[in-house]
Amino acid sequence: MPTQKTIAATGNTVVAEAMRQCAPDMMAAYPITPQTTIVEEFAGFVAKGRVHTEYITVESEHSAMSACVGASAAGARVMTATSSQGLALMWEELHIASGMRLPIVMANANRALSAPINIHCDHSDIMGARDTGWITLFAETAQEAYDNTIMAIRIAEHPDVLLPTMSCLDGFITTHSIDRVCIMDDETVTGFVGQYTPKNALLDIENPVTHGAFAGLGGPFFEFKKSQREAIERSRAVIKDVGAEFSELSGRPFGMVETWGMEDADVAIVVIGSTAGNVRHVARQMRESGIKAGVVKIRCFRPFPYAELAAALSGVKAVAVMDRAESFGAEGGPLFLEVRSALYDATERIPVIDYIYGLGGSDVRLELIETVLNDLSEIAAGAQAPTGLVYLGSR
Amino acid sequence: MPTAKELESSMKPTWCPGCGNFGMFRALKEAIEELAIPAEELAMVWGIGCHGNGADFYNVQGFHGLHGRALPVATGLALTRPDLKVIVEMGDGDGYGIGGNHFIHSVRRNIDMTAIFHNNQIYGLTTGQASPTSDQFMRTPSTPGGVVEEPVNPVGVAVAQGATFVARAFAGDIPHLKEIYKRAIMHEGFSVVDVYQPCVTWNKMNTFSWFRDRVYKIEELPDYDPTDRTKAFDLSMSTFHELTCAPDECKIPIGVFFEEPESFTYQDGLPQLDRPMWKHAEKPRDISATIAAFGG
Repeated sequence: MPTQKTIAATGNTVVAEAMRQCAPDMMAAYPITPQTTIVEEFAGFVAKGRVHTEYITVESEHSAMSACVGASAAGARVMTATSSQGLALMWEELHIASGMRLPIVMANANRALSAPINIHCDHSDIMGARDTGWITLFAETAQEAYDNTIMAIRIAEHPDVLLPTMSCLDGFITTHSIDRVCIMDDETVTGFVGQYTPKNALLDIENPVTHGAFAGLGGPFFEFKKSQREAIERSRAVIKDVGAEFSELSGRPFGMVETWGMEDADVAIVVIGSTAGNVRHVARQMRESGIKAGVVKIRCFRPFPYAELAAALSGVKAVAVMDRAESFGAEGGPLFLEVRSALYDATERIPVIDYIYGLGGSDVRLELIETVLNDLSEIAAGAQAPTGLVYLGSR
Repeated sequence: MPTAKELESSMKPTWCPGCGNFGMFRALKEAIEELAIPAEELAMVWGIGCHGNGADFYNVQGFHGLHGRALPVATGLALTRPDLKVIVEMGDGDGYGIGGNHFIHSVRRNIDMTAIFHNNQIYGLTTGQASPTSDQFMRTPSTPGGVVEEPVNPVGVAVAQGATFVARAFAGDIPHLKEIYKRAIMHEGFSVVDVYQPCVTWNKMNTFSWFRDRVYKIEELPDYDPTDRTKAFDLSMSTFHELTCAPDECKIPIGVFFEEPESFTYQDGLPQLDRPMWKHAEKPRDISATIAAFGG
């Protein structure tokens, strides 16, 4: 295994470090809390000559993603970072990136969307962008944010995939907390990500192409969308292969779904992002009082790991889904809808309860997670499951 | 009619001690008091930035929306309630960067409202990155190698685009700023007030003393005619490229660059805006005679 050094750093610092090691040709960005320091640290690397990247400060996130799209279409390896309203402002360009199959890699610091104004963590930004055709990875820790950012390049640029990929980390909780992180040496990362060889780049003057031209009125628009669907389905195998290869280098496991205590669990919590750590901690404690609790963490949200999740949850008697985003008017939050769908083909009908938590950074205390596991334990023993979703810890 | 004191909410401003926003806060409160604008005839709109925290500190009816979008929100507000005095506050990143297109089109439209730009030449709220008005070559955390681009020249852009009131002020001269605010608010049409508002925490270059050494008042210029658009444009360009020069080499004019007192406002172009929309609903126009004329 290659040598790694262990450092104490914030999530944003190690994402910037991963980006430097991936050596993008171009980055365009706009400041937004709590992403800003990723790009600031990267700008420092450019200024010191530690990475040779065309780095552009633009006037908005819409311009940032537009510039990234232009550079990627021209054949560059492109990375950027944003958060919240910035991601929302990029929305129409997110579709351009996926529709034109441009393997841009972006870090997103998950943060609530206005109104009212809020700068703290929840997943409404990325969940609002879940149908834009981007592969979406989630980190629980700064370590996972570092690892995901490097893997994202390989996944996005894989010839079977060629889709933009987002690496999400929780705003402030992961972006700004100092954590213990193992950093690989530059040569290992350079070797792992390899050189990007673009197909159909705009700058191939021998074979000029136009990206994005009108494909309606009987044109191939419908088939373009079908090819995006086929590509994201193919990405499942690529994500697993890249994850396995990275695990061998790093010694850290990677799965689209990662489980804890599921071998004999009666009840389980499905969770995304930084809260997974606290959920595992509470589950471990509850096991001492006799509740056989397990935890399923989703590390890849798009493509969604339906089969892996169904396998992980088979045999449990009740499931709680922790949703850090709303889908107003739906039966539950975005994760709940996916989990229920994943369990549709299960032979035993498993009660699934949706807990909306932590919107706009509202606190998720350990006692709240305890109440979830207590609820599940009662439901597993035959108590009536609540009808409708539960707002966990709201006033 | 609220006094300056009554225009303060119960929340204490959280701007950094010494922030230029305090001078602007005081000048605007006093201007509103002296103009005797009734509370129910005043509305304020803010963008996102340090200035936007003013949404919590002013005791007025208002709207705090998204980064860069204060002017479109204010446009909707002003056209629905043409009876209101609408004051819009923005930052330099907010108003000249991410919302720069709205700035140009609001000038073009000449909607009757007052647009105040808190220009500290830096992104203060996100802790010190280069903004659209940062000096060229300025080093900031987002531009450690120096800003590549030239700054936006807001006064020049507004004058060139046909603005009917364009002023620049300095947050360190509160009486002067207050008088400019009063003229801008009373001007019928779109009023642009660009205010140099030193950021004491993140902009170590364009400080209060830096400005004090360089600003002079336009009204002290002999024979300056604020109705001459060409002269206003020339004046806006006079120091624009040389803001980093020594105090004796360049001076920064503050005051009213341009004013067209009798202008055709957007509201003038829409006769239905003679009164607020709800008054139209209150007294619907009787069109039965017109219908009868067509045999209806």
